[in-house]
Amino acid sequence: MKKNVSISSFVFDIINFVVLTVFGFLCFYPFYYMLIYSLSDPVEATKGVALLPRGLTLKNYWAVIHLEEIPLATVVSVFRTILAAVITIGCSSFLGYLVTKKEMYFRKFIYRYVVATMYVGGGLIPTYLTLRAYGLRNTFFVYIIPGAISAYYVVLTKTFFEQIPESLEESAMLEGAGILTCWARIVMPLSKPILATIAVFSLVAEWNYWFDSHIYITNDKLYTLQYVLYLYNQKAQSVADALKINPILSEDAMKITPATVRMTITAVVTIPILMVYPFMQRYFVKGMMIGAIKG
Amino acid sequence: MNSHLCKKNKKEVKRINPYGLKLFLLALPFVVLVFMFRYVPLLGWSLAFFNYKPGLSFDKMQFVGLKYFKLIGFFKEDVINALINTLVMSGLSLLTSPLPVIFAILLTELRSSKFRKVLQTTVTLPHFVSWVIVYSLCFGLFSSNGLVNNLLLNVGSGKQFNLLANADKAWLFMLYLGIWKSLGWDSIIYLAAISSIEQTLYEAAKIDGAGRFRCIWHIVIPGVMPTFIVLLLLQVSNILSAGFEKYFAFNNVMVAEKLEVLEMYIYRIGIGTQDYSFATAVGIIKSAVSLTLLFSVNSLAKHVRGESLI
Repeated sequence: MKKNVSISSFVFDIINFVVLTVFGFLCFYPFYYMLIYSLSDPVEATKGVALLPRGLTLKNYWAVIHLEEIPLATVVSVFRTILAAVITIGCSSFLGYLVTKKEMYFRKFIYRYVVATMYVGGGLIPTYLTLRAYGLRNTFFVYIIPGAISAYYVVLTKTFFEQIPESLEESAMLEGAGILTCWARIVMPLSKPILATIAVFSLVAEWNYWFDSHIYITNDKLYTLQYVLYLYNQKAQSVADALKINPILSEDAMKITPATVRMTITAVVTIPILMVYPFMQRYFVKGMMIGAIKG
Repeated sequence: MNSHLCKKNKKEVKRINPYGLKLFLLALPFVVLVFMFRYVPLLGWSLAFFNYKPGLSFDKMQFVGLKYFKLIGFFKEDVINALINTLVMSGLSLLTSPLPVIFAILLTELRSSKFRKVLQTTVTLPHFVSWVIVYSLCFGLFSSNGLVNNLLLNVGSGKQFNLLANADKAWLFMLYLGIWKSLGWDSIIYLAAISSIEQTLYEAAKIDGAGRFRCIWHIVIPGVMPTFIVLLLLQVSNILSAGFEKYFAFNNVMVAEKLEVLEMYIYRIGIGTQDYSFATAVGIIKSAVSLTLLFSVNSLAKHVRGESLI
């Protein structure tokens, strides 16, 4: 009997290992393929790349950063990501701090008024028409202002701030510190875990978001990297044309294939995430748990 | 709970508390911001009752009552197709909702904790890339010149297929991609639930002679069940929101009919053909159904486990 159990347990271990390894491989390989394809010589790559790059080269990256849209789109994406994340975290956590103050007038109402937006939204068309009426179309602000208050972050920060002992602030207030000082100098530094978590969430979300470019932006100087990639995905053939027009690249242009350009742009968009990803993992696991307790 | 707080407040209201007022004034700009970007669009729902045309000023709009809601019946086929697509996609993901639980259990059963960490990092990665990137990767792998077809060609198989333009497989393909992208991430919450199960339960079970599988069945699964039920109920209330970006990124002529979920339909009618009023009417019905579901599910949860979801 005892032996039987250990055999079935052993078999389970093996199957478990195999199943998980296969799934892990499926999650990992597409990214690996993207990297080796973008590092391969374009002509060689058409013969097929599977395990290792063929004719290792960096010239695809060189070609892609000389594409007309890419440098500007990178700048827009970086600015958008950082500004939007900083503003969202700043505004949401400050509001989250204010609603922990019991003395505040209409405190409960304000909190519920914000939380309600998590469940009811105007929907695509009314939101579009509203932002259009505000004149936000084709401005950089459309990336930043509409999302300045995130109800979810307000809830997360409020929950966290409530655990900080009030006595810490009281002594500071006795010495004449105002609300802003208390928030910036006492509460925020004590809340690094939650702030790191929502920073990770919002940086990744802002970097990845492309749909607002699609509906609010027609000026191609304001396109984000993700949206440029979306456009390249939509029009495969014109990619090659774009390369041919560019005088710096015309010499190599005949050799670069649309597939390579596409993979290389994908790599350019993905690599920032791949680079910061291992460092932020512990934060989002923690954040998931805070969110889980709440939800 | 509210009533005794109210009584307390009444006494204080008589003298205005300058500190409370200051706090309120500090919060006011944010309240206005939320109003401008979250509540004004809700007022935009009224568009569904007017004959709104782009460029028309508000005073020239004509009140048309429920005309646009009735129009939904006129475009029945498109709406029904979108509804079916939405329900199929949500239904399929409801059916696969136990997968993250199973995955989390398998992960915790791994012997090597180092391998577990590496694996967890790997499987969560897809959650952090956008659907545009996912599409790009799939194009590299599954398009007619992609890796899979190349391999098939090398093996000598004459069968070539392009998953990205295959209407018959479109639903399943989107389901697989959804699982691929979110399984690792969704399992984190169950990993947390499993790690919060008390060790003494396992010890007691072992003394009683329970083996590994019995521990999983009688301790781990009941341990994660409450979390699972809550998430399942929330998912049910979201049944009309199948997600938008994923279908948008993978849309092409070949699969358009199969991937047009309600949100896509609203987008096509609203932004595409600028029929704002009609698209808003469809959106309102969708929101109304979702909210009703959310509240029914919430009161069901209140009833069953004595605690509400939201």
